[in-house]
Amino acid sequence: MSTPLKTKISVPRSRDLEVDGVKYNRAGSSRSSFEMFAWLFMRMSGVVLIVLVFGHLFVNLMVGEGVHAVDFGFVGGKWASPFWQVWDLVMLWLAMLHGTNGMRTIIDDYAGRATTRFWLKVLLFVASAFVILLGTMVIFTFEPCPAGADPSLLASFCSAQ
Amino acid sequence: MSTAVTENQNQDAQQPDAEGGQSIPTYDIVLQVRRYDPEFETEAHWDEWKLTMYGTDRVLDALHKVKWELDGSLSFRRSCAHGVCGSDAMRINGRNRLACKTLLKDLDLSKPITVEPIKGLPCEKDLIVDMEPFFQSYREIMPFLVNEDHTPTGERFQSQEDRERFDDTTKCILCAACTSSCPVFWTDGQYFGPAAIVNAHRFIFDSRDQAGDMRLEILNDKEGVWRCRTTFNCTEACPRGIQVTKAIAEVKKAVFASAL
Repeated sequence: MSTPLKTKISVPRSRDLEVDGVKYNRAGSSRSSFEMFAWLFMRMSGVVLIVLVFGHLFVNLMVGEGVHAVDFGFVGGKWASPFWQVWDLVMLWLAMLHGTNGMRTIIDDYAGRATTRFWLKVLLFVASAFVILLGTMVIFTFEPCPAGADPSLLASFCSAQ
Repeated sequence: MSTAVTENQNQDAQQPDAEGGQSIPTYDIVLQVRRYDPEFETEAHWDEWKLTMYGTDRVLDALHKVKWELDGSLSFRRSCAHGVCGSDAMRINGRNRLACKTLLKDLDLSKPITVEPIKGLPCEKDLIVDMEPFFQSYREIMPFLVNEDHTPTGERFQSQEDRERFDDTTKCILCAACTSSCPVFWTDGQYFGPAAIVNAHRFIFDSRDQAGDMRLEILNDKEGVWRCRTTFNCTEACPRGIQVTKAIAEVKKAVFASAL
């Protein structure tokens, strides 16, 4: 092998990772149990979600007339009961937090650069917070028969019609 | 206890040895090695050799044949060459193996055998990687006995049951096959990695050791046991047959037990 005139060593080499003369400084450790509780939350919420989601599917799609009964009035009727309000609220929060934490770990696993991670997570958390707040608001403020609305637009069970 | 690596069933003799009259079969194999020399190139490339090897040969013998007879510039680590020192972990046909424990006859010889350096660690030259990040996380979990009691005059006695508790994780030879097969480690190398957790497990569950809680606290880190995604790559890669993912799960449980 002939020696090239000029050697090029511009590839990543181990000494490029030196920080203050120390190789491979590991990132500062975090002495908190957040990751442990996040890990535990994923498993617990997963089990609860199985019950909530399949219960939700069963009640909406299989009981009585099944999927044909689902309309504006059906949803309005469900949210008139505190039981279904709480059911849907818990399902919304657990599903959103479970999904958000899952996306967070995916970002940690696949985004290599710290700035990429940061901005992806900002985007993720803003989107999740928006959906959680909006969903919670809808569940509690849902009014199937708003007073003073055009009667022709109201659902059939509203007394104003 | 050792992992069997069998890709095909071509166990039997293909052609008798024409010269010696001995009955060791020979194979023609194609060996592809990922080469990288930082002094002369910026990118790695593949080199290919056609070799005639004996049926009893291992991948390491093929690498030796290349280095000793065909191209002396080929660089790789090996010390004992018998699966004990853990120097020659490399990616053989896409899987992390010890070259000295992988028999050629167990590989699919109809296709070229590919040999690459292990992933996730900086490549120094050819198959040699810088193991420093691996050993740094190993050192962090304090891989030594901590016992503040008076030093006994004889050995520190331990029941057979207590010894059995961590027997599996004593087998580690620090070859880095597990850590460098872990997709989480590949991302940024900050994850402690399976090998460090296995060696922490070896002391955490040792009845003679007294620093188990400290090690659990170290591994309850953002980059500690909770980054394990149980992909089982490490268990599959371990040339010593250690149930690595199981050991990590046991450490997770122990972190819970100490934190709650």
